[in-house]
Amino acid sequence: MSSALRRQAWVIGLAILLAALFVFTRIIQPDYGADGFGSLVRAALPFVFAVAGQTVVVIAGGIDLSIASMMALTSVTAATLMDGASEPFGIVAVAAVLLLGFLLGAVNGILVVVSRVPDIVVTLAMLFVWQGAALLVRDSPGGAASEWLKELVVGNLAVPGIPTGITDWVPKALILIVVCLAVVWIPLRRSRLGLSIYAIGSSSLAAFRSGVNVSRTKIVAYAFAGLFAAMGGLVLTMSTGQGAPIPGPYLLASVAAVVLGGVALTGGKGGLLGPVIAVFVLRLVRSDLTFLAVDPNVTTIVEGAIMVVVVMLGALLAMRNRQP
Amino acid sequence: MASDILLEATGIAKHYGAVVALRNASLSVRRGEVHALMGANGAGKSTLVKILTGAIRPNGGRILIDGREHVVRSPAEARRAGLVSVYQEPALIPDLDIASNLRLTATPVEPFMKWVREMGVPDLDLRETARNLPLAILRVLDLARAIAVGPEVLLLDEMTAALPADLAEKVLAVVKRQGAEGRSVIFISHRMLEISALCDRATVLRDGETVGVVDIGPGSADRIVELMLGQKVERIQREIAEATPGAPLPVTKPRLSLRDVGVAGKLEGVSFDLMHGEVLGVVALEGQGQDELFGVLSGSRRPTAGSLAVDGREVRFATPADAIAEGIALIPGDRAEALLMQRSVRENVALPFSASFRHWGPIPLRRQNAVVGEAIRRLQVDTRAQREVQRLSGGNQQKVTIARWIAAEASTILCFDPTRGIDIRTKHEIYHLLRELAGQGASVLLYTSELEEVQLACDRAIVIFGGRVVDVIPAAIADEPTLVRAAYGLPRLAPGAAAPLPGATA
Amino acid sequence: MTDVTQRSPAPGLGRRIRRVFSDRPVIPLLILLAILMVVLEILRPGIVNERWIANTVKFAIPLAILAACQTVTMLTGGIDLSVGTVATLGAFVVSTQGMDAGLGWALLLSLAPALLIGIANGIGVGIFRVHPLIMTLGTSLIGVGFLQVYQRTVIATGTKVPDVLAWIGTGLTGGIPNSLIVFVPVAAFILFMLGRSGFGRLLYAVGDNERAARLSGVIYWKVILALYILSGILAWIAGLIYVGLIKAPSLSLVEPRVLPAVAAAVIGGTSIFGGRGGYLGTIVGAVILTVLATLLTVLQMPEGARQMLFGLIVLAVTAAYIRITADS
Repeated sequence: MSSALRRQAWVIGLAILLAALFVFTRIIQPDYGADGFGSLVRAALPFVFAVAGQTVVVIAGGIDLSIASMMALTSVTAATLMDGASEPFGIVAVAAVLLLGFLLGAVNGILVVVSRVPDIVVTLAMLFVWQGAALLVRDSPGGAASEWLKELVVGNLAVPGIPTGITDWVPKALILIVVCLAVVWIPLRRSRLGLSIYAIGSSSLAAFRSGVNVSRTKIVAYAFAGLFAAMGGLVLTMSTGQGAPIPGPYLLASVAAVVLGGVALTGGKGGLLGPVIAVFVLRLVRSDLTFLAVDPNVTTIVEGAIMVVVVMLGALLAMRNRQP
Repeated sequence: MASDILLEATGIAKHYGAVVALRNASLSVRRGEVHALMGANGAGKSTLVKILTGAIRPNGGRILIDGREHVVRSPAEARRAGLVSVYQEPALIPDLDIASNLRLTATPVEPFMKWVREMGVPDLDLRETARNLPLAILRVLDLARAIAVGPEVLLLDEMTAALPADLAEKVLAVVKRQGAEGRSVIFISHRMLEISALCDRATVLRDGETVGVVDIGPGSADRIVELMLGQKVERIQREIAEATPGAPLPVTKPRLSLRDVGVAGKLEGVSFDLMHGEVLGVVALEGQGQDELFGVLSGSRRPTAGSLAVDGREVRFATPADAIAEGIALIPGDRAEALLMQRSVRENVALPFSASFRHWGPIPLRRQNAVVGEAIRRLQVDTRAQREVQRLSGGNQQKVTIARWIAAEASTILCFDPTRGIDIRTKHEIYHLLRELAGQGASVLLYTSELEEVQLACDRAIVIFGGRVVDVIPAAIADEPTLVRAAYGLPRLAPGAAAPLPGATA
Repeated sequence: MTDVTQRSPAPGLGRRIRRVFSDRPVIPLLILLAILMVVLEILRPGIVNERWIANTVKFAIPLAILAACQTVTMLTGGIDLSVGTVATLGAFVVSTQGMDAGLGWALLLSLAPALLIGIANGIGVGIFRVHPLIMTLGTSLIGVGFLQVYQRTVIATGTKVPDVLAWIGTGLTGGIPNSLIVFVPVAAFILFMLGRSGFGRLLYAVGDNERAARLSGVIYWKVILALYILSGILAWIAGLIYVGLIKAPSLSLVEPRVLPAVAAAVIGGTSIFGGRGGYLGTIVGAVILTVLATLLTVLQMPEGARQMLFGLIVLAVTAAYIRITADS
């Protein structure tokens, strides 16, 4: 029990930090309540999926700089597919886009394995390839999303019999996050494949000697990152009702949240919960700065500085680990 | 009788480009036998192990397990063929807990726990992360995991190297029982005593070839040493006789003094002096702490105990730049660590000149070329392919690394196995050069895996075993058999006495 | 036996060709440039004339300077993705301060962000050992934040590109672009630095083999810090030329040119893994990409396809490079 507790210490600390931030928010903004929480969750949505994708790849010992581009590509694809299509067709579109994301990620992984070029360089090149592809699909924001999809992220969950005082605090977007991440992550984490992903990130030599197919595992890890990116792209389309071909600020945010969430950039360590909580921490810091009437552009600077410092500390820790 | 043989490897060859690692190695292991695989550094042992376990593919030869031929492409395939290995570095995934590690390799938990308890680890928590366990325990777990799947052949590489004595004893007992239960064990070790106590037979490799198979019994230790050395002894003695007799070492002051230097877990209480004008040899088997010793002296690694003095002044090195400022330069064992492979010979030699901030400006090319050119001439570096150092032969590459410090006029040179994989002529040029440098007052510390070099180039040699200096031998009596015995931690023979049996004296 | 004698010349030739590519990348690059120009002339006869050449040079020059940042950082195994932001910041500050303050003061003021970002990059990469890609991306993000804040505070004053910069950026003297008076000294400085200075040697050394450099007494972080400051200054110069060339300082003035700059250095034979390359190849690479851009415009290739193409070029050249050096 104690070892499990020790391993979760970082995540628990992060959760306490998040709780403290909520208290702080309530102090500076006394009417912050269910509405504020709801908009926080909706703002965090695309970031959550970006960081989920990044987490899988980083655990496998890689990094995916093309996350934001894949989100843009899948978002415009979804918006274009659903533009003028019937409501039920939305389901087909969603399935197609998720498959597309999985394949985009798999292409990244295959290129990393086959080209022997380091992950960071391959995915930098692919950042531009997927971004270019997004521009080809749609050169300006537009398209549409099925109504039922848009409904998925708006408002709160209304369950008959439960007082609204409680359901007000459960935005649909939160349910969406929990369901999507749980459906993919929990089976993966429990499977031998999930173990292999941790294994190649922790020590690819030891993994090879334990009989893991290192190349195949790496490709699958990238494919899952693509799948999460597709979810992120869909979420963007759902919440804006259209697709934008220019990637959002999700790359650096995903790396920062991964580091803050206790996933070592050297790979093999951490889980999904930490980075997801980290996303909420970073988002909440942003809202708090807004509540404190800080210029929104200054907020960008502060946010950027926080992320850079977090990544620097992460690198420092990684360096300490490398030289025992 | 043929069915008696469980694993048979014949005619195994492996070369990397022009470098031959194995030319004709064979290994034949009987069912239920503990079989030692022996050979000096560079004899091809580790290459053969990698081939057997599927980490690399051989260029020739075949491997039969239980009479069937196997093409082994990965450790997973070797495992399916019935051969499971325990490597020198633990193969457990450091960031996974033990239970997950077992699941990853589909190892049954019950037999695993049984073996773990048997080897003296009674209270293992399966939820513990591998990284948090001490090295010795990890090795035990590795072995238990290998045995738990019930392999036909078990390959153990330096199994007891990191184990404390009590644990080692229990592990060896378990290994011995594997033989009794009808499994075969290939046992690789530098510890002669273990081999005498545990093994049935030993296969000896030398220069990439199997040179003999010895039945372990009284006197076998000496026979193995003899096989490992081969005919070399006579040739070397002739060479030594031909070598110009060095003048007796003049009495000088110490250049470098070590007092009780230690590096946690690797080096302990090391004290010696390196004199002005001396070539001091360092003799050790692989991984006895010599890497750490050279790291400390060159400023790449900080000692955890003890002190270091240069010309009687106590010093602390934080970076190699600090050591270089004191005139101490390292020529590392792996040339790839010292050279800018894509750059020219001249740039490589001139590198230390640009290192300090004061010299970041325009390079005084005429003056630099003169110094660099002189060093290149002195070492007779073949400069036909000088555009890129990676296109030079190994010997010429090594000369470039030495030329660098001659040009920079380093007064103390730490050479870590400078002649490994180099042709015989260049080797002799290097010995000659080191002696010449010492004659001009420089000090040289020379770690060598080729023991004959001690008498060819050194004044004295220190022997390191298990992180401690176990002997200091003057060159005059440092012949190969003496050094081998010392390096294996065996006591020095009294002059004229008959060779005692190492197994019997223990 | 016959088999051996027949086969041996072929790999010899292949290896020789590979050596030409890795030793003297400029020669095959010039051939490629000539081919591109011929294709362009065939597609649109008469396009290749004196005016077109001057125009191409005008656009290639700031790209070549931006690519210089990538060349010097890539020699050490790094990369600098903050150059777009640094250049835009410099351009923006100079064209908003140029009116009230004197030009000299405005130039000095516009250099400040370049130095600050360069120092931050150098500290992050050299001391904290953050991957250069991540580090420069991060400082770039912070820089964009500052740019947005700054833009709002000066929104009332409006912008005006100083005449000198416009003259340098767009002017021709006797048919020759004026920007050459900036570019020639900059290029000469970089070529001299890489070939004949101690610092240049160290860039190659650190990128080729960091451990060997350390063992020779090189202090890694000092070299890296100086390098990223230099890269910031070069990006600042590129920004000034761009603003003179395009004459409309906007937040996205230089950003779209960052990947082409990386591509120019990669095509020019500089290894993204460090230790090999030079500036001459980069210059030719910048010209090739400028001509390629014209060609793509003539072919009416959409922006998206261009980005994909540039991304694939970087990946393909890097992968090919790995194979060339692994075999020789």
